[in-house]
Amino acid sequence: MFEEVASTEQGDLVINIGPQHPATHGVLHLVITLNGETVKKVEPHLGYIHRSIEKMCESLSYRQFIYVTSRMDYLSSHINNHGCAMLVEKALQIEIPSRAQYIRVIMDELTRLASHQLWWGAMAMDIGALTPFFLAFREREMITDIMEETCGARLTMNYMVPGGIMYDIHPDFCKKVKEFIKHFRSKIDEYDELLTGNIIFQNRMKGIGILSKEDAISYGCSGPTARASGVSCDVRKIYPYEIYDQLKFDEVLATEGDSFARYQVRLVEMHQSMNIIEQLIDNIPEGEIQAKTKAVLKLPKGEFYTRIETARGEFGIYVVSEGGTTPYRIKFRSPGFSNLSALDHIVRGHKIGDMVAIMGTLDLVIPDIDR
Amino acid sequence: MFSLSHITDLVNAWLYQQFPPTLALLLQFVIVGILVITLFSILGLVLIMMERRVAAWMQLRLGPNRVGPRGMFQTVADTVKLIMKEGMTPNGADKLMFNLAPYIVMMVSMVIMAPLMFADGFQIWDINIGVFFITAISSVSVIGILMAGWASNNKYSLLGAMRSGAQIVSYELSAGLSIITIVILTGSLQVSEIIAAQQTGWWIFKGHIPVLISFVIFIIAVTAETNRAPFDLAEAESELTAGFHTEYSGMKFALFFLAEYVNIFVVCAIGATLFLGGWMPFHIGSWESFNHIMDYIPSSVWFFGKTFFLIFVIMWFRWTFPRLRIDQLLNLEWKYLLPISMFNLILVTLMAIMGWHF
Amino acid sequence: MTREELQAALTELQSSLTFEEGGEWLNINAPAENFHELALKLRHTSGLDFDYLFCQTCVDWKTHLTMVYHLTSMTHRHNMVVKIKLDRNTPEVTTVCDIWRTAEFHEREVYELFGVNFLNHPDLRKLILPDDWIGYPLRKDYDDPVNMIKL
Repeated sequence: MFEEVASTEQGDLVINIGPQHPATHGVLHLVITLNGETVKKVEPHLGYIHRSIEKMCESLSYRQFIYVTSRMDYLSSHINNHGCAMLVEKALQIEIPSRAQYIRVIMDELTRLASHQLWWGAMAMDIGALTPFFLAFREREMITDIMEETCGARLTMNYMVPGGIMYDIHPDFCKKVKEFIKHFRSKIDEYDELLTGNIIFQNRMKGIGILSKEDAISYGCSGPTARASGVSCDVRKIYPYEIYDQLKFDEVLATEGDSFARYQVRLVEMHQSMNIIEQLIDNIPEGEIQAKTKAVLKLPKGEFYTRIETARGEFGIYVVSEGGTTPYRIKFRSPGFSNLSALDHIVRGHKIGDMVAIMGTLDLVIPDIDR
Repeated sequence: MFSLSHITDLVNAWLYQQFPPTLALLLQFVIVGILVITLFSILGLVLIMMERRVAAWMQLRLGPNRVGPRGMFQTVADTVKLIMKEGMTPNGADKLMFNLAPYIVMMVSMVIMAPLMFADGFQIWDINIGVFFITAISSVSVIGILMAGWASNNKYSLLGAMRSGAQIVSYELSAGLSIITIVILTGSLQVSEIIAAQQTGWWIFKGHIPVLISFVIFIIAVTAETNRAPFDLAEAESELTAGFHTEYSGMKFALFFLAEYVNIFVVCAIGATLFLGGWMPFHIGSWESFNHIMDYIPSSVWFFGKTFFLIFVIMWFRWTFPRLRIDQLLNLEWKYLLPISMFNLILVTLMAIMGWHF
Repeated sequence: MTREELQAALTELQSSLTFEEGGEWLNINAPAENFHELALKLRHTSGLDFDYLFCQTCVDWKTHLTMVYHLTSMTHRHNMVVKIKLDRNTPEVTTVCDIWRTAEFHEREVYELFGVNFLNHPDLRKLILPDDWIGYPLRKDYDDPVNMIKL
């Protein structure tokens, strides 16, 4: 620590942003070195919400460990659960019924929509616009209501089980989802009217925080952050899981790599998610919602890796099994962790206000980073 | 037309009749002081309430609705809470400066009220350099903010104060230049004369496009001067937590908060006085009966109506726009607003010399 | 490249590599010595172009540690896993964060949770744990009676 302070030049201002700070959306701690208003260096200090979930999972059974992952990226908890369930299914070669697959994908996309909506509001708040936050929550509320009705929870759904889903959908589910899509299609233009076209917003976003394609790959960025830099990395397209290979949707790519590109990619992704849901919602097949599985799951000896596209990027689960009922070693590759590592590179030379804006566009969720 | 001047004259005459002149003057000081402090606190309460209501309305919320009828006493409850709180002074702070700063900021916004004309014949001090007085005094508030930021011994506060210093000093130029356009048209710095010159029509209507431009620049500049969003860089919540008043708590914080809202009132009142005719009612050319009806509306209603309309506009900005960055903020002033207002000043001067305005 | 092609190409690259059977992707075991050179080759040899290190972690096998690198190529879309066996008492391996910059954070994490020492790492400090933390929590023999919940 002392060397650090000594290595900064005289006249530099070292500021702690966080762990309690409005811009960090949680307990991220950044030590930034400033020269006047210009950021010279950003150094993340993590671990304020580190629960060592990886160690915890070593003593949980394959049915239990799925639900701990809801507490990592709580905004796409559904997708995390899905990834873990898929890993168990892959290892045990369980075929899951197509009804469960359809419902899983719909739920994933709803989660993605909700997460992007929250991101939109929070990012607008980072650059000083307070009203978008409330607009975003108006629509997000409808999704959480749908989730509550079907899954029984609003944030950490715990809906996935190895072999399918826990319960069947609520009878009103399809109707409500269709209502939501109709409503949100009419409201998403409001997002553009309020923020996207705003001259101040565009000046704050365009040409700011450029992440080149090579850097995005080198830093292991994924999700919308990398796609805004032109890296084609949508797991749904490249390594399709469930029924994504039968669906028509575009991988949203931009080439600029600046904050505005990251913003645009997420907005267009919301449209894509709605398209996906619309393709599925009328065609949910009848049938079982769960494949028959043993009560106690034992994964064969070996190593398994599954990846899934969360709202923030590629979420990977690496399990080393010794053939027992609990994983021998488990590693979660969280998208936020890699995206955060690029932060220092992106923000150098920008103003402190831009640093906050760039952090907003990276869409960091701190429990996801700390695990 | 209904005027308050006979009431003030009556009080004045009675005081001088009853007491020796020195004592009467002192008593007048006391009365004015009480009135200003009362107005100050009432304005604070009303404006904060209004801000929360406007914000709620724009954000699809209800806003305060629990304390008192329709939540009217919410700000009173908040004030009581702030008074009860401990006013902490950080250990490393410069105690004198730290405690003095909120009072300076508050006193400045009180003193600016002196030349304001709240209604026909209702003015504290009709000083002959009224407008100049206002611009001169309002620039003192930046000293209070700088003191607060520096004395807090906090890096966020310091950054906020420095931003605020750069911002207020720059935007004062544009605000000053757009005030001067009206001074040129009127030929006087005295507030009462500026209002009297608008007897035949408000400057914003009489002055063609140049005055409209200077009105727009004035609104932008005063929004920046009062540190309101989108120019709230001094307290930029997401960047500097609370900027220059990060370390303040309790009543000391409340004074900053109150001063901010009273400053908004003051600048909007100046805007209403200069461009929208102060307490002058709205008249249309030769529509005699319409003009008569307008005259029946008391002058104070006209003044406060116009002022609150401008306040609403400034609140509207806050809840719509994202924040600028510090270099964009200074670019806007030095590269756009200042040249435009200088050019505009020449236009207005030409207009005044040639008598092209109505 | 398919798995077989990849295996052939890698054997050509460095003959001392051994391949594991099974698994979803090609698993190779590499020696800890000269790993940096192998990594550079994997990154820059045309046809391989493993430019994306998407997961880097460590496994404690009680007798030894294994560093696991999951690599993928953004151009050719092939994946592979590199494993390096490390001595448990003095685990040391050269850093790869000059090749894949995401490794900087991943290696700091492995350093504090497993105690693997990454040579030539520019900034090897604790990232998640407090600075005064003693022990390597993700090792199998780590025991903390206060903070650990056992089921």
